[in-house]
Amino acid sequence: MVFAEQHNGKIHPVTFELLSKGRELADRKEVELSSVILGHQIREEAKELIYYGADKVFIFDHPTLKEFDSILYKQNIVSLIREEKPEIVLIGATHLGRSLAPRIAAALNTGLTADCIDLQLDEDGELIQVRPAFTGNILAYIKTKTKPVMTTVRYKVFKARERDPMRKGEIIEKEVKVVEDTGTKILGKIPREAVNISDAGVVVAGGRGLRRPDDLKMLEELASLLGGVVGVSRPLVDEGWASKDRQVGFSGNIVKPKLYVAVGISGSPQHLAGMKDSEIVVAINVDPSAPIFNVADYGVVGDLYEVIPKPIEKIKLRKMKL
Amino acid sequence: MTDNEFHIVVLIKPVPDMEKVRFDVEKGVVDRSSAPLEINPFDLNALEAAVQIKEKLGGEVTAVSMAPPAAESVLRDAIARGADRAVLLTDRRFAGADTLATSYALASAIRKLGRFNLIICGEKTVDGDTGQVGPEVAEMLGIPHIAYVTEIREVTKEKLLVVSELGAPYLMELKLPGLITVTKDVNKPRLPTLKDKLKARKAKVEVWSADDLADVADVSRFGFSGSPTQVVKVLVPPMKKRRSQIFKGEDAVDKLIEALEMEGLLR
Ligand SMILES: Cc1cc2nc3c(=O)[nH]c(=O)nc-3n(C[C@H](O)[C@H](O)[C@H](O)COP(=O)(O)OP(=O)(O)OC[C@H]3O[C@@H](n4cnc5c(N)ncnc54)[C@H](O)[C@@H]3O)c2cc1C
Ligand SMILES: Cc1cc2nc3c(=O)[nH]c(=O)nc-3n(C[C@H](O)[C@H](O)[C@H](O)COP(=O)(O)OP(=O)(O)OC[C@H]3O[C@@H](n4cnc5c(N)ncnc54)[C@H](O)[C@@H]3O)c2cc1C
Repeated sequence: MVFAEQHNGKIHPVTFELLSKGRELADRKEVELSSVILGHQIREEAKELIYYGADKVFIFDHPTLKEFDSILYKQNIVSLIREEKPEIVLIGATHLGRSLAPRIAAALNTGLTADCIDLQLDEDGELIQVRPAFTGNILAYIKTKTKPVMTTVRYKVFKARERDPMRKGEIIEKEVKVVEDTGTKILGKIPREAVNISDAGVVVAGGRGLRRPDDLKMLEELASLLGGVVGVSRPLVDEGWASKDRQVGFSGNIVKPKLYVAVGISGSPQHLAGMKDSEIVVAINVDPSAPIFNVADYGVVGDLYEVIPKPIEKIKLRKMKL
Repeated sequence: MTDNEFHIVVLIKPVPDMEKVRFDVEKGVVDRSSAPLEINPFDLNALEAAVQIKEKLGGEVTAVSMAPPAAESVLRDAIARGADRAVLLTDRRFAGADTLATSYALASAIRKLGRFNLIICGEKTVDGDTGQVGPEVAEMLGIPHIAYVTEIREVTKEKLLVVSELGAPYLMELKLPGLITVTKDVNKPRLPTLKDKLKARKAKVEVWSADDLADVADVSRFGFSGSPTQVVKVLVPPMKKRRSQIFKGEDAVDKLIEALEMEGLLR
């Protein structure tokens, strides 16, 4: 069973990735793949879950489910799991998923594996869950003795299948259990300049090697010329130079761009945990012994203030010629 | 301690210092003896949040850890940083716990403590790194929780107004008793003064065994026997192979630009 995360009726893309992996596991185990979605006026969206691989979709549609409520969501999903008895439950390892999944697991008294980056079946058809731990330094292979086996899975590790609007499946409306007051209430969304560095193809990231907040503009220029966005290391967020959505690393965002340019970043383990799977890593640092060079494909030992203007100039020149 | 005082419980995990811990690539093991234990960095923020709330509302902050006996020094550090009371759950029967068994032991200890208004956890740990213990403890105690709290706006004895990251930041209200898990953005932890450290050296850390919880818990649900998930293998993944062309000197930047052009990365 795949939990379909939605915000304002829009399904989070990790859901389609899970349906794709779920489909593969279900076929190998010769069982059905179901999905569950909670929200308000989401019947149209529910069909998408079938197009992306579900055989059956359970809908909980009610005004109180419009916004996420960990207790309401938990209660309805727990009763569904008790009825349907799925062998495996997959949930996206998003903030929402990681807040919800443990409540469900604790209520069912079952095991939950966090933030997986791979799922395999062993000879006995048991699920092996692979996840990073120790700040990204190790990979743990985990098995669960209880049923259902519950797993949260990191966004962007599995590929979604092609959407197939001809695919058929069953949509089952479930009765919603409502609780008057769960103790938590969403009062509003806080507006914020939304940058999505996780989806960017190019990230130019600045660190403590920068002297002034204004110097980020230079990186901004390079990033936009390369068709990318600016990221930062943790200290720049702490100093208020950049917003949290731009932070790369263990306590920030995980990125996997085609090109990652680390400018004045030393390469702490916590920073590497957020970018070490990038395709090509370029590092610019005055210190030849900076650990960032250990994960770099290309690097320049030098002062970023001398280095960065050159490629900017070069690309601009080329664009003018075109 | 009168009973209308505000009771805060902070859950603190003693973890190895990540700067020092060594990983054996060949054997695929973490050499835990290679690094001393310290307060999980995110739990420093949890403790600071608790102390700040206490400064406003009065009351008492209790730090609770489940860890090996060596973690007593970590709880002393928590006292130096403002906890009034510290409880260490330590017993071989707690060992080998996954998050379900850990949460069960911690929830049982909180029950045993009696009254609590607010429980504060870190968003995750730097070792196990699941972020599951907070919400699991809340479920076991039957109280609401809000995870990934980045800001605490208002506190009263009845409720909390916080900002929580749920894909986007949301302003949320939590009725107490309740639990929050906090990120590093929530505050900047203070450093303990020398005086605090000296005081903490003499402070008592209460040590509880599995039997001490027998009146509030089913001891078979502790530790390895109460853990449905099992780590079957650990691997230190080799770093992705990199081209490792590091340029120095006069024409370094030109070489870099050339290389990036070859990769088709400069359009
Ligand atoms: C629990 C925890 C979570 C954390 N999470 C994160 C996280 O998510 N992301 C993160 O980034 N960090 C995180 N950190 C912090 C991390 O440990 C490092 O402190 C941080 O990554 C360092 O940032 P930096 O590389 O920008 O700064 P520094 O380590 O200070 O490095 C600055 C670099 O700039 C170079 N430099 C200086 N001047 C120049 C110049 N003119 N030209 C070129 N190079 C120059 C220096 O040689 C140096 O290598 C976390 C820490 C903890 C304990
Ligand atoms: C490599 C590896 C992978 C693992 N993977 C999983 C897994 O996928 N699923 C699973 O169920 N277990 C897993 N475990 C076991 C898990 O690490 C332990 O159960 C651990 O005691 C608690 O989990 P955590 O470190 O992830 O804590 P988190 O849930 O990340 O901690 C969140 C907060 O809970 C509090 N807290 C957590 N532990 C304690 C404690 N012992 N004492 C006091 N407060 C605490 C702290 O406030 C902390 O900030 C794994 C262990 C290892 C070594």
